[in-house]
Amino acid sequence: MIGELITWLTDPAHWTGPSGILAQTLLHLYYCVFSVVVASAVAVPLGVYIGHTGRGAVFVVGISNAMRALPTLGLVTLLVLWFGLGTGPALAGLVILAIPAILSGTYAGIRNAPADAVDAAKGMGMTSAQRLWQVELPTALPLVFGGVRSAMLQVVATAAVAAYVGLGGLGRILLDGLKISDYAQMASAAIVIAVLAVLLDLVLAGATRLLVPRGLVLAARRGGKD
Amino acid sequence: MIDFFDSPSNRELVLSQLGEHIYLALLPLLLGVLVALPLGRLAQQVRWSRGVLQGGANILYTIPSLALFVLIPGLLGTPLLSSINVIIALTLYTAALLVRPVRDALDSVPANVVAAATAMGYRPGRRWLTVELPLAVPVLAAAVRVASVSNISLVSVGALVGIGGLGRLFTDGFQRDYPEQIVIGIALTLLLALVVDLLLVALWRVSTPWARAGVSRA
Repeated sequence: MIGELITWLTDPAHWTGPSGILAQTLLHLYYCVFSVVVASAVAVPLGVYIGHTGRGAVFVVGISNAMRALPTLGLVTLLVLWFGLGTGPALAGLVILAIPAILSGTYAGIRNAPADAVDAAKGMGMTSAQRLWQVELPTALPLVFGGVRSAMLQVVATAAVAAYVGLGGLGRILLDGLKISDYAQMASAAIVIAVLAVLLDLVLAGATRLLVPRGLVLAARRGGKD
Repeated sequence: MIDFFDSPSNRELVLSQLGEHIYLALLPLLLGVLVALPLGRLAQQVRWSRGVLQGGANILYTIPSLALFVLIPGLLGTPLLSSINVIIALTLYTAALLVRPVRDALDSVPANVVAAATAMGYRPGRRWLTVELPLAVPVLAAAVRVASVSNISLVSVGALVGIGGLGRLFTDGFQRDYPEQIVIGIALTLLLALVVDLLLVALWRVSTPWARAGVSRA
C-alpha cells in the first residue's frame, strides 16, 4: 500500500496540469487565505469593540461555544442547496466557520490586557483610543493570533470537506480518488492536506513570534511563564 | 419540516443514524480519556517526555479529520469504509486534546494532600487512582467537555468516506436536494452536543461531592 502511494506521489503527471496536485494546492491555499482574511476583517474589529467596551460579551461566548458543535459538512451542504452550486456559497461557509475563533481570540485578548497596565495608561492621561491602540491591542496580539491559527486549521479542513459540494482544491483529488476506489490517489491527497495544514500552522506560529512586541515576550519570560 | 417525520423511512433513517453518531462520538471520547491519562501522567513525571508528547499532540490535532480518516486504513491496514477508522481518528484527537490538561490537572493536586496519602501508606498506584485522579477531575472536566463537542461535530465528516452518523443526513439530503433533512441533521447534532455536555457536567458534579460540601480545599 505504501509502495503504491509512493508511485502515485512521484508520478510527475499527477503534479502538473490544471487538476494536478500543484494547481489544486494553490487553489486550496487561496480559499484558506481568502476566507481567513475576510473573517479577520469582520471578526477583529468586532472583537476589539466588544472587548474594549464590554458590550455583547455574552453573545461572543455563546456564539463561539455553539459554533464549535456546528458540523461543517452540514453547513456547506445547506448553504449550497440554499444559494446554489458554485464557489461563492462554499466560500461563505468557510468564512462563517472562521469568524468565531478569531472573534473569541480577539475578545479574550483585549479583555485579558493586564489591568495594571491599563490603569497606568489611564493614570498617564491616555484617551480611550490611545489605551486601545498602545496598550490593549499590542498585549492582545498573542491571543488574536491564536484565534487566527485555529481558524486557519478549521478552514484548511473544511475546504477539503467542501469538495463534496463542488469546491476545487485538494479535497477534490481525495474525493475523486474515492469515487474510482483509487486508494493511492486518496491517501496522496490526504497527505498533502495534512502537510499543508501543518505548514500553514507553522507559518502563522512564526508570524506570531515576529509580530508580538518584544517587550511582551520579555515580560512573559521574566514572569516565568513557559 | 414536520412533514419530514411523517415518513416512517425518514424516521428510521434519523433514529438509526443518531444512534450510530452517539456511538461513534462517545466511544472515542472514553478511549481517548483512557489513553490520555497514562500519557499525561508520563508528561507530568518525566521531564523529557513533555516536549515530545506535547509536540506530537499538537501536530496530530493539526491534521484535518478527512485526511486522517483516509490515512488510517493505509497505516493500519483496516478496511477503508469501516467505522473503526473514525473511532481510531477521534480517539487520537481526544487523547491529543487531553494530554496537556491531564498534566495540568495532576499538577493542580496540592502536594501536601499527596504527601498525606503517602504517609497514610498509600502505594503510588492506589494513591494515583483514589487520591490524585479524583482531585484532578475539576480541571480535567473542562477539557473533556471540549473534546466531546469536537468529536460530535467531527463524526459527520465520516459520511464522506461512507461512515454512518448524522453526516448521512447531510450527504443524503444534498443528493436528494432536500434542505430540511440537512437542517434536521444540524439541529440534532447541536442538540446531541448540548445533551452530552449537560450529562458530563452532571457526571462531574456527582464525581466531586466534596466540591459541594462547602469544605475549602486550600
